[in-house]
Amino acid sequence: MIARSRPWWYLAPALILLITFTYVPVGNMLWYSFHKWDGLDVTMDPVGFANYVRVFTDEQYWRVFLVSLYYFVASFAQIAIALYFAVVLSFNVRFKNLFKGILFFPYLLNGVAVGFVFLYLFQPDGTLDTLMRFVGLGEHTRLWLGDPDIANFSLAGTSVWRFTGLNFVLFLGAIQSIPGEIYEAAEIDGANRWHQFRHIIAPGIRRIISLSFILAVSGSLAVFEIPFIMTGGANGTRTFVVQAYQTAFQFRQIGLASAMAVVLLLIVLLLTWIQRRILPDDEVTLT
Amino acid sequence: MSKLLRAAKYASLVLASLVVLVPLVVVLFAALKTHAEYNATGPLTPPRNWFNFHNFAVAWTAGNMLRGFWNTTIILVVSLTGTVVIGTLAAYAVSRFTFRFKRAVLGLFLVAALVPGVTTQVATFQIVKSLGLVNTQWSAIVLFMGTDIVSIYIFIQFMQSIPQSLDQAAMIDGANRFTIYRKIILPLMKPAIATVVIIKGIAVYNEFYIPFLYLRSPDLSVISTALFRFKGPYGAQWETIAACTMIVLLPTMVIFLLLQRFIYNGITAGATK
Repeated sequence: MIARSRPWWYLAPALILLITFTYVPVGNMLWYSFHKWDGLDVTMDPVGFANYVRVFTDEQYWRVFLVSLYYFVASFAQIAIALYFAVVLSFNVRFKNLFKGILFFPYLLNGVAVGFVFLYLFQPDGTLDTLMRFVGLGEHTRLWLGDPDIANFSLAGTSVWRFTGLNFVLFLGAIQSIPGEIYEAAEIDGANRWHQFRHIIAPGIRRIISLSFILAVSGSLAVFEIPFIMTGGANGTRTFVVQAYQTAFQFRQIGLASAMAVVLLLIVLLLTWIQRRILPDDEVTLT
Repeated sequence: MSKLLRAAKYASLVLASLVVLVPLVVVLFAALKTHAEYNATGPLTPPRNWFNFHNFAVAWTAGNMLRGFWNTTIILVVSLTGTVVIGTLAAYAVSRFTFRFKRAVLGLFLVAALVPGVTTQVATFQIVKSLGLVNTQWSAIVLFMGTDIVSIYIFIQFMQSIPQSLDQAAMIDGANRFTIYRKIILPLMKPAIATVVIIKGIAVYNEFYIPFLYLRSPDLSVISTALFRFKGPYGAQWETIAACTMIVLLPTMVIFLLLQRFIYNGITAGATK
């Protein structure tokens, strides 16, 4: 009997933490989402689906989905840039490691610091304006973060700067795991660089690219740090998580914020399910 | 033609490097300028005196950065140790025992990996509050230990590559299960532990949301929140904010230069799981 319970002793700490800080919150969140609650009161008023209705009908709430679109579109640029440099640096290039390090480095930086670096860059008469004047585009300078038509582009651009390095290193890793002999054989058969990309590299990194797209969707819904630090959600830059944060912790509408979180969670789970359907996971074997 | 292509290739690499480096370098410039100099010169003008560390001194003391680094270090050390111990124990159970509900347990870990942490904070906050941990360092520590599924996966995968015959040999020599974990498995897990410590360490150092939410008292500031709070009173003095930003970025630069290879491997292992 003691022997049979033994594995549970090893598992207990991990399982207790997992249940307390992931599963219980998810369960509670579902429960809260059908109630009106300020987080302090001992009683909660059941309100049925009212919170969900509000998330989808009140412009203040569904608007945040549109803001995600900026980041989603930006992530296409991010994947394209990362792919280009991963391919370039997988062939012979001088100072390869230096370029690799520079391109990857922003991903490691502290989010608050990155926010400040770009606040400084986008300031009126800041670095960007000065550079634009320098190359003769002086009359096109804007209030990069103050103008609601531009602010989301500036923030999405910051996000590209910050995260391209991750995609780049993942793509580069995938390309370099393709055995070198395949390229040699292809070269003997007269394949040029484009053929090599089309027929060797592209199929070899298909999986990681599609994974990147899925992560791009869930990532663009979960954007928080950059808009929160740089604009505080002002000028039409409020994202889903910024809105949920303010609803829950500033306006104390826990029920409504929970409904938002449940919607986001369902979207992410749905996307993951779609990804698993399109690309069955044949590599992961855990048992 | 191919010469032109080659030139274009290097041009694109140099351009991308400039896009990465210029925003950071101008912040360094600003950090080294005096207040008058900052107001008089453009952002692309290098500082007159490269050794003017006055702003750094102001940022260090006024921003309470020493406390920030100290708190970050405590949280890092405790939560990383916890993650390694808890994760390797769980991985040991999964890879070395057969028991009922093993698949169900694995499923629990797998599904949890899909739940983005930021979405559940609304409800997690109520739990942490009811445990009385809000505004104590334990809130950040237990959340960093308890929300990490990726590291358990890295441990499980690595442990499965350690041959079971080692365990069996030790068992014949009379070692019990825990001794096998402690004396045989754990020492062999060093590469996996290094990977987890690196990717988790960077994530914890950079984390903003959790400390911002749970460590409200200024005494508990970690470096992210110390930097964030610093901007309030110094909003107009960019040369000081720039210095504070550089103080936060410098350790990352040093770590990256020292551990490049491990970081690349760790990131690749962590993200594709």
